[in-house]
Amino acid sequence: MDIEILSRIQFAFTVAFHYIYPPLSIGIGLILVIMEGMYLKTGKKVFEDMTRFWIKIFALIFGLGVATGIIMEFEFGTNWATYSKYVGDIFGSALAAEGIFAFALESGFLGILLFGWKRVSSKVHFISTLMVFLGSLFSAVWIVVANSWQQTPAGYHIVGEGLQARAEITDFWAMVFNPSSIDRLLHVWIGAFLAGAFLVMSVNAYYIIKKKHLEIAKPSFKIALVVATIFSLAQLFTGHHSAEGVSKNQPAKMAAMEGHFDHSAKADMYIMGWVDKKNETTSGIKIPGGLSFLLHGDFDTPVTGLKSFPAEERPTAINAIFQFYHIMVAIGIFLIILTLYANWQWKKGKLFDKKWLMLVFVWAVLLPQIANQVGWFTAEMGRQPWVVYGLLKTSDALSQAVKAEHVLISLILFTLVYAILFALFLYLMNKKIKHGPVVQTIHEEEISSQGSLRENPLMKNDLS
Amino acid sequence: MIFGIDYNTLWFLVFGAVITGYAILDGFDLGAGALHLFLKKETSRRIALNAIGPVWDGNEVWLVIGGGALFAGFPVAYAAIFSAFYLPAMIFLIGLIWRAVAIEFRSKEPGKMWRLTWDIIYSFACIVVTLSLGLMLGNVAMGLPLDSQKEFNGDILSFLNPFSIMVAVTTLALFMTHGAIYLAMKTENRLYTKLTILAKNFTVFFLVAFGVTTLYTLLYIPHLTDRIRSNPVYFIFPVLMFLAIANIPRQLKNGNYRFAFISSSITIASLLIAVALEVFPNLLYASNDPNNSITISNAASSPKTMKTLLIIALIGTPLVGIYTSFVFWTFKGKVKLDDMSY
Repeated sequence: MDIEILSRIQFAFTVAFHYIYPPLSIGIGLILVIMEGMYLKTGKKVFEDMTRFWIKIFALIFGLGVATGIIMEFEFGTNWATYSKYVGDIFGSALAAEGIFAFALESGFLGILLFGWKRVSSKVHFISTLMVFLGSLFSAVWIVVANSWQQTPAGYHIVGEGLQARAEITDFWAMVFNPSSIDRLLHVWIGAFLAGAFLVMSVNAYYIIKKKHLEIAKPSFKIALVVATIFSLAQLFTGHHSAEGVSKNQPAKMAAMEGHFDHSAKADMYIMGWVDKKNETTSGIKIPGGLSFLLHGDFDTPVTGLKSFPAEERPTAINAIFQFYHIMVAIGIFLIILTLYANWQWKKGKLFDKKWLMLVFVWAVLLPQIANQVGWFTAEMGRQPWVVYGLLKTSDALSQAVKAEHVLISLILFTLVYAILFALFLYLMNKKIKHGPVVQTIHEEEISSQGSLRENPLMKNDLS
Repeated sequence: MIFGIDYNTLWFLVFGAVITGYAILDGFDLGAGALHLFLKKETSRRIALNAIGPVWDGNEVWLVIGGGALFAGFPVAYAAIFSAFYLPAMIFLIGLIWRAVAIEFRSKEPGKMWRLTWDIIYSFACIVVTLSLGLMLGNVAMGLPLDSQKEFNGDILSFLNPFSIMVAVTTLALFMTHGAIYLAMKTENRLYTKLTILAKNFTVFFLVAFGVTTLYTLLYIPHLTDRIRSNPVYFIFPVLMFLAIANIPRQLKNGNYRFAFISSSITIASLLIAVALEVFPNLLYASNDPNNSITISNAASSPKTMKTLLIIALIGTPLVGIYTSFVFWTFKGKVKLDDMSY
């Protein structure tokens, strides 16, 4: 295999694996803020117990996010040196801002969130939780800004030629607020909230089925259900807005997403289907003119098709993009139906009586995860063959000093390491969930001679 | 230009400060990890892990900021350095992964074998990370063959040269000293006594490693001492370093672990300043043809970006300072294990 495809596989693999964790951190971060906020307001033990339980889960998820995230920052330099030089002037400032504004905030306060329950007052602890959550939101801001700039470059000019060419910033805020930043940021945030909320619902639905920890499980489930309902609906709007942006700014990507080949023809919208790239046709269940209607409010308005682009400027894996996009949309619609149905049952007072519904929620945790992944695959594969849309081809972005066999070695290493990590993650998550939100008794190991833990009213609960 | 210093030099200073901050902060985490297996008892190991538990993640962020600072300010150097060091960089990164997960996973099971396995992985990961950091530092100090596109064109295994290996071992010795002092600061009684003895032994280890490396540098890589020799005023940094090291055993003996910690921090800082002095204004010296060297001017981003970066740093640094101090203050004093501990 050649170095381009190996480097792409390695980047896709490492970033996709990484992206299991940060959305969960953001989503659970939001839920923790709500739970701890309610604890602060009401002082009820049930909120304390659920907060402390989810802090432990959060620690594990956050740990893996950090461990796998640091790879990403350096992989630009190791595998994509030409790209790094090309975008450094632009991408770099976003990355530096991310480090100093977001990661430092989140990692700094993480220590207090995880270990400070007895060391600081409950208000300071709540503020720390809030800071960690805000830090994780900010990290999403800068990385999505940088990626959006690659999709819809703005606020730059090109300096130099050939291998020396690079993009230089002319307008920082135009770069930050490039045409796709806001749409994509909201879409990413909400995707993360959903990932977190559905994990919380999954774990608690499991307890409800097993009739364990019910006094904690039921209110936890309801908190997460409210979050999930609001954001499932909101995601429909950000998704729609995002699609409009794509059709305007990256028409080739939009055409690939719906398998639309004919230029100057009305475009159909598929419920499901299959793209035959060779014959340039798409077949399946469709709403004739649906895409035209979605984008222009009229079933007959033509939409730019793939045939408008020379073959070397079309995305290569059109069917994959089509399928990924449709999986994402289908999941989005399903989550709306599921959460609305659950709310209706809640109103009737029967939410927890239907075992099948709880079972659906146990497994529904996978759906936002899958949607987040395929959404990114759609966005990134749809941008091909460009790494910076319209400016720099992926094949021109590689490191000159690195050989295919080195990438193969590192790819094998990452595959092994991540396989082990994922197995351990699932094992430990499963264990924590099985153990449940039972407040542990303290194993006081009196090694530190200066005596007992600080006096704190919160302690009383632990000793009970 | 600000105070007569151009943006590129200013950003070089910022980058240098971030890397020094990283070396001092994560240096004690990595050092504590590297000496982890010297601690035999389960409670000692737990205390050691909890001594760094609330802070190591924040410390590692300095590396992320440093990487971002290099990428943003000197993208050409960032691209050249990490693609040239492809294999050590990958080993470094995978080491960081294992360090992070070992800290997190170890406490999740009570089994002896489980914990021992993670102790070994943790310590080994910290040693590997430290050695690869040292290897990269040694190679950057020495220079690499670069083509006219400012990309590495040498043998991918050439990073394993005697000088860089010596720098790597010296770095390990220094971090272990630093880590032992940090842990001494956070512990009491017998564990404290044990750590002070370890710290003294590591100081000797460091002095030997450093002496050999210096001798080798003077004999075989004289260009690395040019600037200090031609400007006697710069001798202050090696002198400062020696004073700081000499101070460590004395302070430990008197129980002034805070001053001992400051001493080892000064040692790290002055060592990096000495390297920076010799390297500047190069970021990466081209050993085959000095004309291909990557310097702070030919690697720099546009003045506009430099200005943006400086503004970001100006706003960000005080913020980071405030909450880092707050976190360290919250966890000040000796480690106490509780039910949220590792």
